[in-house]
Amino acid sequence: MLAAIGVMAILAVAIGLVLGWSAIRFKVEGNPLAEKIDAILPQTQCGQCGFPGCRPYAEAIAKGEADINQCPPGGEEGVKKLAELLGVEPKPLDETHGTPKPKSVAFIDENTCIGCTLCIQACPVDAISGAAKQMHTIITAECTGCELCLPPCPVDCISMVPIAEDLPHWKWKHPVVMMKQIAETEDA
Amino acid sequence: MSRELFRFKGGVHPPEHKAESTSRPIHAAPLPKKLVIPLRQHIGNPAKPVVEVGERVLKGQMIAAADGYISTAVHASSSGTVAAIDLQPVPHISGLPDLCITIETDGRDEWVAHAPLDYQAMESPQLRMQLRDLGLAGLGGAVFPSAVKLDPGASHACPTLIINGGECEPWITCDDMLMRHHADEILQGVAIMRHLLGSTEILVGIEDNKPEALDSMRSAAAKLDFAVEVVKVPARYPGGGAKQMIETLTGKQVPSGKLSTDIGIQVFNVGTSYALARAIHHGEPLISRLVTVTGHVLRPQNFEVLIGTPMHTLITLAGDRDGTTGVLMGGPMMGVPVPNLDVPVVKATNCILVKSKELFPPLPKALPCIRCTRCADACPAELQPQELFRFAKAGDFGRAQEYHLFDCIECGCCSYVCPSHIPLVDFYRYAKGEIWAREKDKRAADLARERHEFRQFRQEREKKEKAEKLAAKAQAKRAELAAVPAAEGAAVSDADAKKALIAAALARAQAKKTDTAPKNVDQLTPEQLHQIEEIEARRTKIRELARKPLESEEKKP
Repeated sequence: MLAAIGVMAILAVAIGLVLGWSAIRFKVEGNPLAEKIDAILPQTQCGQCGFPGCRPYAEAIAKGEADINQCPPGGEEGVKKLAELLGVEPKPLDETHGTPKPKSVAFIDENTCIGCTLCIQACPVDAISGAAKQMHTIITAECTGCELCLPPCPVDCISMVPIAEDLPHWKWKHPVVMMKQIAETEDA
Repeated sequence: MSRELFRFKGGVHPPEHKAESTSRPIHAAPLPKKLVIPLRQHIGNPAKPVVEVGERVLKGQMIAAADGYISTAVHASSSGTVAAIDLQPVPHISGLPDLCITIETDGRDEWVAHAPLDYQAMESPQLRMQLRDLGLAGLGGAVFPSAVKLDPGASHACPTLIINGGECEPWITCDDMLMRHHADEILQGVAIMRHLLGSTEILVGIEDNKPEALDSMRSAAAKLDFAVEVVKVPARYPGGGAKQMIETLTGKQVPSGKLSTDIGIQVFNVGTSYALARAIHHGEPLISRLVTVTGHVLRPQNFEVLIGTPMHTLITLAGDRDGTTGVLMGGPMMGVPVPNLDVPVVKATNCILVKSKELFPPLPKALPCIRCTRCADACPAELQPQELFRFAKAGDFGRAQEYHLFDCIECGCCSYVCPSHIPLVDFYRYAKGEIWAREKDKRAADLARERHEFRQFRQEREKKEKAEKLAAKAQAKRAELAAVPAAEGAAVSDADAKKALIAAALARAQAKKTDTAPKNVDQLTPEQLHQIEEIEARRTKIRELARKPLESEEKKP
């Protein structure tokens, strides 16, 4: 009887030690769910969701403080992916946070720019180069199209230019469209 | 002597239609008035223009240089003046324009200075650079820069070199005609490839529907001082695909996601080999190629065409006919529709196929997939086309990739046998495009995240540095002030020190204000100064007047 209790006690202590040690050794830094959500978000850092960037929004979703339909750049597809990840029903985008727009990049009219650096301070991804009283310009490859540089500009010299479809950006359309066209021309 | 051949899975036997264009000899197409030369004719980075509008260029002169490792140069196909460097229509299914250099030819066809290269005396990397600057790219259809393919790499030895004379696609005969008439030059090119790759086994695969080409290549190979085995392979589409040719000749399969060089085999098209021989033994860059013009034309035949020649001139030469329903660049299985006939012939143009209602009856309406798996039987890549179709149509690209979508060579066998006439290959192209676009978006998002995080880190750091700097400065000032009264023998409290600091700063600001006199009144006449004084006096008066009612209002309550 005593031996049995003793064995059980020793076992309990040993397992407890292993568990305690592994809790410290294999501790996961940060919130893994927030990481996964952040990976789905488009990283425009535009703040349209009401949070100062994609990461804070991801953390808010993970904590259940924000809804999954507040990201217009992610679009319906982003909502769908988030719903899939979190195991909830997808819902339409919340229009109070804005509507999806075609992908654009900012463009600075260099003749109007006065070199005030306000847009440089506003850019969340450092995609504007320039210095005080020097002309500013957008690094197109790094611009996320967040539009955060538009409001601070005192001379309204920044505009958003939609990315035109050119050969390197062209991709095949869904063939159903083409098949329907064939069917229609035949019916006509 | 005869080699054991292997059979790749699937494949189809579409009507060949090769005899139409092989009955006439190769004609050189006349020099057009205008050459439009696209800068993106190969896989990889587009070439960068090195000429300016208005500049006179000579035939064979480099007009755009290779940009990066996977890229190749572009040359003027004839002498003339650069008329424009702008967006022009190009042979691409989208119909979108691309950057081209337009040359107005002067008719003199004057060559730039060029000389043969002594390739045996050159270092391999240097020789490959030369080939890149001579604009060589694979002429079998993929237009991959040849200089890259001719690099055996550090670990990949390339014991087997396969020269692909399969030309399995119906209607096309340019490789056939090239082998019939230029077998010696093709094999000269093979010698250069052998030199660069260090290959020990050289095989030339030719389908058995080209007996003349087989004879011509065999007799040329017999004259060589190294062994080249010309192998007759059974004609079956897509037997001319690189992976299929490898399997037929060696029995080896290229593993999924790997390159043929990973199993020690490199494959080149006969046209590429010919272009390589011209480049090395004559110093000529790739400025022309053989093009089959066939289908619904009066005189189907092969032309030696300068790159940049508009396609309509070739159709006119071959005799255009009424009832044309469209033009394909390439063959009926893999060719792409040409959006308009002003587009130029490019390095990838092996065939211009003119369609008519009789030769190419319009496809009947596509019906639902009945999962008969005829496509799976026909697929030479051993895929499950019916499953890929299902996933691509539903947008389930992850599953499509699990089913090895990227092993699809887009040969069109599945669409060819489909009883429901579903354009299956279009679905695979669509799915591939979407997957690439998503990967690109993902990379852009990762870059944005990284830059945003770095910016936050930088702002934090700057804030900290500024605070530290200010603290250090205040500390220093306090120490300085503390030292002065200490010398005078009076103890000063912290608050007093702060007050003294503020007072000193105020005094400095005051001094600055009084020091700065307006500089624009230095060189004025006494009258003007007098005027200014008058105006100033008036201003102070007005200011006082303006202040008075305010003061009175303030007093009221």
